[in-house]
Amino acid sequence: MNMPAKKMDIETAAPVSAVAPVVAMTPKRPPRSEGYARMAKETAARVIPPIVVIMLLMLVWELVCRRAGSALPPPSKVFKDTKELIFDPFFDHGGIDKGLFWHLSASLQRVALGYSLSAIAGIALGVLVGQSVWAMRGLDPLFQVLRTIPPLAWLPLSLAAFRDGQPSAIFVIFITSIWPIIINTAVGIRNIPQDYRNVAAVVQLNPLEFFSKIMIPAAAPYIFTGLRIGIGLSWLAIIAAEMLIGGVGIGFFIWDAWNSSHISEIILALFYVGIVGFVLDRLIAGLGKIVTRGTAQG
Amino acid sequence: MTAYLKLDHIDKIFTRGAAATEVLKDINLTIEKGEYVSIIGHSGCGKSTLLNIIAGLTTASTGGVLLENREVNSPGPDRAVVFQNHSLLPWLTVFENVKLGVDKVFARTKMKAEREAWVMHNLNLVQMAHARDKRPSEISGGMKQRVGIARALAMEPKVLLLDEPFGALDALTRAHLQDSVMALHQKLGNTILMITHDVDEAVLLSDRIVMMTNGPSARIGEVLEVPLARPRKRLELATNATYLKCRQRVLEFLYERHRFVEAA
Repeated sequence: MNMPAKKMDIETAAPVSAVAPVVAMTPKRPPRSEGYARMAKETAARVIPPIVVIMLLMLVWELVCRRAGSALPPPSKVFKDTKELIFDPFFDHGGIDKGLFWHLSASLQRVALGYSLSAIAGIALGVLVGQSVWAMRGLDPLFQVLRTIPPLAWLPLSLAAFRDGQPSAIFVIFITSIWPIIINTAVGIRNIPQDYRNVAAVVQLNPLEFFSKIMIPAAAPYIFTGLRIGIGLSWLAIIAAEMLIGGVGIGFFIWDAWNSSHISEIILALFYVGIVGFVLDRLIAGLGKIVTRGTAQG
Repeated sequence: MTAYLKLDHIDKIFTRGAAATEVLKDINLTIEKGEYVSIIGHSGCGKSTLLNIIAGLTTASTGGVLLENREVNSPGPDRAVVFQNHSLLPWLTVFENVKLGVDKVFARTKMKAEREAWVMHNLNLVQMAHARDKRPSEISGGMKQRVGIARALAMEPKVLLLDEPFGALDALTRAHLQDSVMALHQKLGNTILMITHDVDEAVLLSDRIVMMTNGPSARIGEVLEVPLARPRKRLELATNATYLKCRQRVLEFLYERHRFVEAA
């Protein structure tokens, strides 16, 4: 009695399942390939324009500088002249005759030191100015004047004070990048919502806990804005400062290349300086994104 | 009956430069342990200022607040506040938000594991244990307020202060949360002081309703007892004569005798 019934089920089900995949698959397939196509399209839409622009600029540059007697080398000549530097960034012939990796790393070390100091001091001063009305009244006018002084104007003074190139360069980075960090931190602290202060008061957090648990996380988006501007400024400052203090460093490499009329090397160095500056900026921005995750008001 | 929380001749005068505005005048009120008292009044009548004075977030110009016969004039976890806009710290998870208070209050009396269990216990009370690892931005407004209540409850306050806790919520969520607060009050027997501008909410939840006159110089105009048995059921009360009479009294006070002049 059961057998025929089961058979019936199978028989009736079979044609359905035979038809179903066709029905189900046909609408499914095109979207998937369309999806890939769309992804490829979107990537292309992002990647192709800058490539086209760069190619066009290179072409114009090549055409303009190709003529005899041109002051600047065309891209093809830049590549030919600097091939060794590009493909062997790690050589070290002593003194300042080193590969570009060593120059960049020397510059980055100075930036790392100067910038770290300015981040610590800048956040501390920013918290002070943001939290205390009297500190703000006393210090803010000073900051507003000092921050307009160009980085290099500090160099002679710091050379006089430190009597050495290395600490002077670090000081120039410090003094250049500290202002946006101070000012943005102070704004962030001043903008902590009263609600958070009330919560801290009810819970009776002590000043240290208030600082670490409320202030720093609440002001983090502002602090990272300051840090990001600061890293950009310190990279600007180090190149200029190194040109003057000499020694190993990408800034002095550029100056040295100019003195030896190696224009191609200058162009290559500028390219590296740009890339490193870009990476530093992204690094701080990315760090900020991770740290301030969730800080945005919900 | 002994006074558990006593507001003793509180005046509050805000001075801005030479101009002085008297916000509150001669506020006297005693609240018993386990009582649910609402303060109702038009906006701008200084009811939030009064709550802030009780919480210790602002100080009274004259007079003072006595909790168990001791003067309190600075904020503390014994008068935990549920803020109108939840005030959860957005960089902490739900669990960490509640734990912030618990860690401070029970730093010496409870072990770490006990404190964490206590946080979960309080999240369970408000039915938010499932969202322990979510951040405030990931949960709804009603859920945030629940967490706010859990944070306050977890500090085991002597008086729980609610500052228009349901004001920012939609009507359905509000009703749901009101029922939760009623159930919690029933279960834990907390002393609760709530600021509100919603007449139905005040009548439904309170043992007594304190009606405030319009500012400046707002006073306590009238105190109404709500003699409704607990537990109260929202649906049954809709046709209850006592409920309707209480509601009528508050409405009369607010809209006849002390109309909100600024709006007119």
